[in-house]
Amino acid sequence: MTRTMWDSSVGKKTVMAVSGLIMLAYLVVHMLGNLKIFFGSDDFNHYAHWLRTLGEPFLHYEWALWIIRVVLVAAVVAHAVSAYQLSRRDLRARPTKYVHKKPRTSYATRTMRWGGVILGLFIVWHILDLTTGTVHPDGFQSGHPYQNVIDTFSTWYGSVVYIVAMLALGLHIRHGFWSAAQTLGVGSRTRDRAFKTIANALALVLTVGFIAVPVGVMTGVVS
Amino acid sequence: MDEMADITDMGDIAAEFAAYTTGAPVVDTKAPGGPVNERWDTRRFEAKLVNPANRRKHTVIVVGTGLAGGAAGATLAEQGYHVVQFCYQDSPRRAHSIAAQGGINAAKNYRNDGDSVHRLFYDTVKGGDFRARESNVHRLAQISVEIIDQCVAQGVPFAREYGGLLDTRSFGGVQVSRTFYARGQTGQQLLLGAYQALSRQIAAGTVEMHARTEMLDLIVVDGRARGIVARDLVTGKIDTYYADAVVLASGGYGNVFYLSTNAMNSNATAIWRAHRRGAYFANPCFTQIHPTCIPRTGEHQSKLTLMSESLRNDGRIWVPKAKGDDRPANEIPEDERDYYLERIYPAFGNLVPRDIASRAAKNVCDEGRGVGPGGQGVYLDFADAIGRMGRKAVEEKYGNLFDMYARITAEDPYTVPMRIYPAVHYTMGGLWVDYDLQTTVPGLFAIGEANFSDHGANRLGASALMQGLADGYFVLPSTINDYLARNPHRSGDDDVNDEHPVVQEVLADTEDRLRLLLAVDGDRTPDSFHRELGELMWEFCGMARTEPGLRKALERIPQIREEFWRRIKVPGTGEEFNQSLEKANRIVDYLELAELMCLDALHRDESCGGHFREESQTPDGEAARRDEEFTYAAAWEFTDTGEAPVLHKEDLVFEYVHPTQRSYA
Amino acid sequence: MKLTLRVWRQQNADADGAMSTYDVDDISADMSFLEMLDTLNEELILRGDDPVAFDHDCREGICGACSLVINGDAHGPERTTTCQLHMRSFEDGDTIDIEPWRASAFPVVKDLVVDRSAFDRIIQAGGYVTAPTGAAPEAHATPVPKPDADFAFENAECIGCGACVAACPNGAAMLFTSAKVNHLNVLPQGAPERETRVLDMVAQMDEEGFGGCTLAGECATACPKGIPLVSITGMNKEWLRATRKSGRR
Repeated sequence: MTRTMWDSSVGKKTVMAVSGLIMLAYLVVHMLGNLKIFFGSDDFNHYAHWLRTLGEPFLHYEWALWIIRVVLVAAVVAHAVSAYQLSRRDLRARPTKYVHKKPRTSYATRTMRWGGVILGLFIVWHILDLTTGTVHPDGFQSGHPYQNVIDTFSTWYGSVVYIVAMLALGLHIRHGFWSAAQTLGVGSRTRDRAFKTIANALALVLTVGFIAVPVGVMTGVVS
Repeated sequence: MDEMADITDMGDIAAEFAAYTTGAPVVDTKAPGGPVNERWDTRRFEAKLVNPANRRKHTVIVVGTGLAGGAAGATLAEQGYHVVQFCYQDSPRRAHSIAAQGGINAAKNYRNDGDSVHRLFYDTVKGGDFRARESNVHRLAQISVEIIDQCVAQGVPFAREYGGLLDTRSFGGVQVSRTFYARGQTGQQLLLGAYQALSRQIAAGTVEMHARTEMLDLIVVDGRARGIVARDLVTGKIDTYYADAVVLASGGYGNVFYLSTNAMNSNATAIWRAHRRGAYFANPCFTQIHPTCIPRTGEHQSKLTLMSESLRNDGRIWVPKAKGDDRPANEIPEDERDYYLERIYPAFGNLVPRDIASRAAKNVCDEGRGVGPGGQGVYLDFADAIGRMGRKAVEEKYGNLFDMYARITAEDPYTVPMRIYPAVHYTMGGLWVDYDLQTTVPGLFAIGEANFSDHGANRLGASALMQGLADGYFVLPSTINDYLARNPHRSGDDDVNDEHPVVQEVLADTEDRLRLLLAVDGDRTPDSFHRELGELMWEFCGMARTEPGLRKALERIPQIREEFWRRIKVPGTGEEFNQSLEKANRIVDYLELAELMCLDALHRDESCGGHFREESQTPDGEAARRDEEFTYAAAWEFTDTGEAPVLHKEDLVFEYVHPTQRSYA
Repeated sequence: MKLTLRVWRQQNADADGAMSTYDVDDISADMSFLEMLDTLNEELILRGDDPVAFDHDCREGICGACSLVINGDAHGPERTTTCQLHMRSFEDGDTIDIEPWRASAFPVVKDLVVDRSAFDRIIQAGGYVTAPTGAAPEAHATPVPKPDADFAFENAECIGCGACVAACPNGAAMLFTSAKVNHLNVLPQGAPERETRVLDMVAQMDEEGFGGCTLAGECATACPKGIPLVSITGMNKEWLRATRKSGRR
């Protein structure tokens, strides 16, 4: 069954759909957590610490976080590898372009590939910036995420990179969520509207929710 | 190069144009006697069988992948034969059976409305104007029942009722509801069923499929059909294929008329070449003209589109009373309209049979009362129906047809009456076959529209699909066993191969013909000749035929043929994909077949079904059959291009359905 | 009307192709698009040039032979087949670009003619019901609910023209394959082969080198028969179901 999945173009799309939905679920929680920043430094830092103690005493310190990280890395890798392989197949299937070119499909659909690449690069930067602190602008302080976030968004490029990435994320989710429903075979004519609405709503809520943080920092609401 | 010599040396051909000689009668030796309802059983029992283990040693060639060919190829392969199949299209799914709209008849009597095998048999013999064999028609009616079962099992999505059972409708003026349908696409769905069955066999390796490959000649060795010569339409390569039997399922020859409802590439080459190699051609003049086609719009017209005749159930047909009245239809007041079918045939009105409706349309147009471009059209008006049933009901019933009409003409049939005109639609004539569907060349079989067997002089609506599938799924696969069992597969030295002198000759014939077509390098395109021939045939061998007209056509056809070989221009080479060459080569055969059609029409000095001779009509203008003289099928034997053919008559005996004159007044 | 045509010309599968420009005059608005090309070809033949090769047959919109990309649209600007497209959809003086279907699974044969035998092989892989002639039960033995019959019909309407592949930015054959899978899988007659059918047909589709589906929806927009995009969803569902079931076996 695994073999059939991985060897088939339909199977790989399923892998993309499932991994995409895992990431999407994570993002919803992540976004909601981020909003705690508006309740001040204590709330936010406390929340960040809680993430490490999640599942205790059943789980050891940080285990839950590591489990989530492993699942997410697996999802990202599966998503990216499938996308890469499927894209290669797609490009091979249409080697000659039409002479008469027409703008087709929605912007969200057309930008799935580049949007995906942008998001991939963003994730790397995001981790190096706020998890490991490797590229953090102003002296990364482990255990003080509130200050780290403010430092990042106090630089113009930090905010720009973040906002651009979140807009890409919105577009990606807009087509991706609806697409996943079709791939998993749960779409139907009657449900199509509903799925499109949910996709748009998710895209909008996530984008706005995430962007609220840098905007909050820049406007001084969060400081 | 014999052909060329004949054609250029013919000199005064006109003097001999109507000549034919009469040969010995042709007899169907395969039809058993006894009660008509037992004959098919008897024949199947008497037929020899081929040992299942030996079947794969037998190769059967099937030419064409329409309903008949697709069904036959699949079924023969299922039985264990090695099938080699051909179609000129790029895929076996595209044969023109796909365009049949109406439905398929079957004597299921699901409606409990008094239908039966016997009634379908009776209707078909009568509808064919008593020019078909009772034995064949009865078998067709019997098998009709099995066809529906077979197609449903294949997943053909017939229309169904809310209870989940099959829906039927009445069609073509028949009083019982025996027509099964899949919206307006019955032909498509049945064909895809056959195509899928065939695909399964191709995947299994039992059918070797050659798409884009056109049969150009028949190989007859020691009096038996042993193979074909075919051209790969992509590479241009001419190849030979050998078999123990050859089945032609290549369809009808309506494209002789240039404009018809046939597909653009439907052609008569396979059957005509078989005819030249010895297969008799029966009743070539029996052509069906369909009354409800969309009229032509101008010189550029390349084909005609049919609309289901179910439109006549609710539409009213009329023309202006006055000649040359060119006001828009809606501005012509009611009392200045002539609902001529209702006027002439008060009992049946707009529902008179196809041939009568067609001729009446031609008559009013000939009087100068036709409408639309060139005055070649009559109105089919739904204003009353919309008033009576409401637009919504009309839309539900005929919506797809109205859409089609609107797309082609850019007129809205809900507000402006449609314009219709008759067009050539189906050819009842074809290769003569016996009860086993074998032609006069042993080992050569013809099925579907390619043969002449079951429709007599006129085909009923929704019967073409029935006959194609009956032949392909059930009749041929049973009868061909007998031939193959009696002519066991030969192999080794005596078998035919490319070195065989007969094969060499056939190959050389084909190659020379194509080479010549390319070499003439004249100044007229293939289409220009096809159009000229078609217009001539439509004028003189179309809906109404007269002796002077047919004589004129018989004089003119050899002249066109002569001009063709002097002035044809075919660009390119034979060693490539060359659609002009394909077309020109088909016209070569039309130019000969047309002559035989006219000759047959001239010799049949009576009116029957699709053949209307103005000299033979009742005082009120109806077709008058002359049963004492013409109760026979005319089977023609080929002699040479432009030479007098030999007429062999097959006398028809009616034991069950007694000939009566049709009356629709 | 007067038109300028830019047509893809390619001598054969191995040759390089290019767009050639032709002017045509006296085009009637009532002509079908193919009749307009007939007019061009008649001129080309008389001029001693090679006429433009294109596939066509029934010219009634049902055989699926015709296959032109016109101004970047498969089958042109209207939702119909090329043969049912009329010149009234164009304006006098227009320049019209005419190209063949483009997909690596549909190699060009000549000019505007492509090889679509990959579609046949997808059907051969499982697009049928195994029902040898003579073995059929009475047609009314198995009633089929009308909604199922209608759903089957809607999918069975596919004419196999390949416009879906031509329009798809990925050259995918998902809409074609799904139409047949849905047609047969919803019917009780197709049920015994339900799993193998979808698995084998999808595998063959991949094998032929068609691209994957990104649900761009171009296929359904181009489909002259209106096969809906949701057909693909239906096939995905069948495929997942079949994969689960075959995994258990």
